[in-house]
Formats: sequence, structure tokens, C-alpha cells
Amino acid sequence: MSPLASELKACYGFVERNFNLVRRYLGWEIVFLVYNIVNALTIGFIGVTQGKEKVLYLVVGAMLWGFLSILFHEVSESVSWERWEGTIEYTFMAPVHRFTHLGGMCIYAIIYGIIRTVVLLLAVALFFNLSLQNANFPAALIILVVSSLSFIGLGLMAAILPLMSPEKGSQATHIFQAVLLLISGVYYEISVLPKWIRPLSAISPATYTLRAMRAALLEGKPLGQMKGTLLVLLVVGLMLIPLGLLVFHLAEIYAKRRGKLKRSG
Amino acid sequence: MTGEKTNLAVGASEPTAFLLLGVFKLREKKGMDLAIKCKGITKFFYETNSGGKSKGGFLPWSGRNSKLTAVDSLNLEVNRGEIFGIVGPNGSGKSTLVRLISTLLLPDRGQIEVFGLDVVKQKSQVRKLINRVSVDAAFFKKLSCWENLSYAARLYGVPIKEAKRRATEILQRFGFQEGKITQPMENLSRGMQQMVAIARAFFTSPVLLLLDEPTTGLDPKSKREVQEFILRVRESHDSTVLLTTHDMDEAEKICDRVAIIDRGRIVALDTPKNLKFMVKGESLEDVFMELTGKSWEED
Repeated sequence: MSPLASELKACYGFVERNFNLVRRYLGWEIVFLVYNIVNALTIGFIGVTQGKEKVLYLVVGAMLWGFLSILFHEVSESVSWERWEGTIEYTFMAPVHRFTHLGGMCIYAIIYGIIRTVVLLLAVALFFNLSLQNANFPAALIILVVSSLSFIGLGLMAAILPLMSPEKGSQATHIFQAVLLLISGVYYEISVLPKWIRPLSAISPATYTLRAMRAALLEGKPLGQMKGTLLVLLVVGLMLIPLGLLVFHLAEIYAKRRGKLKRSG
Repeated sequence: MTGEKTNLAVGASEPTAFLLLGVFKLREKKGMDLAIKCKGITKFFYETNSGGKSKGGFLPWSGRNSKLTAVDSLNLEVNRGEIFGIVGPNGSGKSTLVRLISTLLLPDRGQIEVFGLDVVKQKSQVRKLINRVSVDAAFFKKLSCWENLSYAARLYGVPIKEAKRRATEILQRFGFQEGKITQPMENLSRGMQQMVAIARAFFTSPVLLLLDEPTTGLDPKSKREVQEFILRVRESHDSTVLLTTHDMDEAEKICDRVAIIDRGRIVALDTPKNLKFMVKGESLEDVFMELTGKSWEED
């Protein structure tokens, strides 16, 4: 077996392992899914009193945030989860390149995120008469793919926190995710935020993703009219992924120096 | 030494076999017959005293650090094909040493080589040669025994069919019921989990096996089976075993040579027989007491 084939098989091993875990934790998966659906519906119903467009605006926000937060969460929690299971040392001493390990986690996160979002969309469609006849779906798909890069990069950087400090790192990851929700205009325009917080919105990739996605789905805008936003997302994504890998590598060295890998570390 | 024994490279995946071939050729060239060489290894840890009244102690993410020397200027050479025991009380640095050899920790000082490969600079190559069984069987508890094993097979490049054959063979030797292989790990007893951990390490055909207290928590029968299995592996394969234990009888029974470690330092190293002869003691516990001035239970 060539080294590349060996790495690809190992990459598949991570995807397979995670889907096996989903199957074994099926009860919790259903709980989280139901909660997500109910959450999206509740937010959608708030918009009912304000007109059809507002419902779509809110539902798109809920679904997109759901997808992006799954990406971020699955990648950033990859270290915490293995530490909790007690398998982190086993995985880290396996003869597998770290890029393969993290790549496998990211591929799993994308597939899992898409499945969850499709189920959410179907559930939401049962409750609301979503008028998507003007929507530009190919553009929406491209935006989703491009913005995924940024969130994977952010996830990789957040994943280092539990490496540096096992428990507190995981806590910080959740705070980071919550701040992204606040500043990125998921359910409201960022113009309603206090002026001092708006610079943070400008550096959040989710702000651009939501803006572009709403333009594609609500207004049916062609990609050409959003190329500035797409370019920002693409550049940020292409910067964040290698940066995330580099930071992860440095954090792994730090963790091995300070003995932070072990479960009780 | 290789004589009639099977080189584990035969059963190893192709990249590993090529690597082993290269390593062994290099070793023959240099006239080396060392599986592990530790030169002046030192490892410090920094323990956070959170909740103290130190600077920033009120903040949840802060606390003062204290420095602890886990391994102290340790020199060690383990020969190829040996079963080498490291015995010492809890907190003596045994597991830290195993983690350093298995690329999970970086030494603060010194150098470790596994078959002539530096564990820091050539970690990827080293990882293909080793496997480790830790005191706590590291598994995804909700996944079945087989799901955990197939995950390991994918990481180590062992074809799934081959992995199943090898794992089943090893587990059957332990008297592991075949039906249990589809059970979630959390449904298995501690002893059974440890057997699966050992099977997982063996089916990847490591040339160097690091066993970090593999029999802790096992019932006497399982313990004996594991010990016999380790001896059988050495009889039939060209593999080296580094075993840490705080069970002196176990070390005496299966190890060719034993290093007694205390506070990160080796206080004695020889065959169990010679160690006992040296202090005119009846057991390795006597040796430890004589050399450290402490009773075995103190630490």
C-alpha cells in the first residue's frame, strides 16, 4: 500500500469512527436534532408576525448558523472529545499524519453538517410556506462551500485550546462560539449592535456568509453581484486553514512539552 | 536472535515492512543491537495550583505553577528481543518514560532512540515500529470491540480482513468469547477491555511493544494469561517488550532484565537474579528497600 493510500484509508477511518459514534449515541443525536428543529421553528414563528420575508430571513439564519456551528463544533471539539473518551494518546501516537487526522475530522463535519441541515430544512418546510422561487440555489451552494473553509480554519484554531488547557480550553471554545453568534448577524442586522462591538462583526466570516446567503436565497442575486463578499470569504478561508494547521502543530508541541495530552493533564 | 523467530515485519503492513528493513539494515551496518537508547533524559512537569491565593488566583483560568521532575537524567539501553521491565512505585516516572518513548511527550533534556531513530526528529518512522498498551484501556466506550479494532486497523494500515483474523486469533487465546466482539466496550469487564487493548496492540505487529502496567486491574487468571502471552510473543516473534509494572513478582517472572526506578532515576539495573544477589534479598521488593531506604508502600 502506498503512503498516500495508507493516509487516505486512515482519513476514512476517522470519518467511519465518527459515524459509528453517531450511531452509538443515536438517542442524543435525536435529542439535539429535535432541539435544533424546535429552535429554528421558534425563531421562524417570531417572524410570522412581521411578514413572510422576515420568516425566511430568520429561518435562513437559523439553518446557516446550525450548519456553521456544527462544522466549528465538530472540528474544535475533536480534541476535547477524545480526551473525554480517553483515546487521545492512542490517536496521537498512531502512524498517521496530523493533516490526515484533522482532514478526516473536517470531512466528517461537512457530511454530518449537510445531513443535519437537510433534515432541518425538511422539518422547517413542513411548518412554513417558504417562498424560495426567486432563490439562487447554485450560488447558495457555492457560498456554503466557500464559507465552510473559514469555519474549518476557525475550528482548527479553537481545537488547540483544549490541547493547551484541557478543561478551560474547552470552556473557552464555547465562549468563542457564543460570541460569533452574537456578532455575526445571525438573527438581526449587525447595524442594531452597539457601535463598539461592530468592528468584531466585520472580522467574523459568519457575517459575510449570512449576508451572501440571504442575498442568494431571499433576493436571488447572482454570484457576480456578490463577488466582493465571496472573495473575502475565500481569502479568509484559504488563510485560516493553513494557519489553523500551523497553530495546531505548535499547540501539539506545547502539549507534549507540558504533558497536556493525557486525560488527567 | 532472529534464528527461527518470525520477524514481525512479515506480518506488518508494507510501508512498515520497508521501514523495518531499512532500520535493520542500518543497524547491522552500525553494528547496533539496541531497541531503545535513552541518553540523559529529563522531563519536567508544571502543576497548576489553582484556587490558591497566588497572583491572578481568583480568575478561573489562572493559577501558580510548581515544577516537578518526573524523569531525571535517565540513561537506559534495551536490547533487541528483550523483555525489559521497569519497576517502581506510583509516581516514580515509569509511565512518563513510556510516553516519552512513544512520542507522546517531548523530553526537556536528552535524547531517545528507537532502533536508531530519534523519537523527536523521526517520530513518524518511530510510530510505525511501536505500539502501546496503557494502564487504562483507551477505547471509545460506546463503540463495539470490533469498531474500536477496525479504527485501529485503519490507522495502522492493516487490511480489515487481516485485522479481524489476527484480532480473533489473539482474543481466542485469551478465552474471549466471539460474541463479545460486537458488544460495546462499556459492557465488557475491565479485564476483557484490557485483553482487547492487548490484542489491538499485537495485531499491528509492533517491533517494540510498550506495555504500561498492562495487567493492573486484571483478575489472577487473566493476569497469568497476559503474562504467558507476552512470553509466547517473545518466543515466536522478533519483538522487544518494555514492560512497566509495580508488581515485583510479575517483573521477576517474565523480564530478562529489570530497572528499578525511583523519583525519575534508575537506582539499579540487572537481571532479577543478580539484583537479588546484589542485596542478598529474597525479592525485588527487598532490593528496592535496600537501595532506596524506603518501603515499597511508602510512595
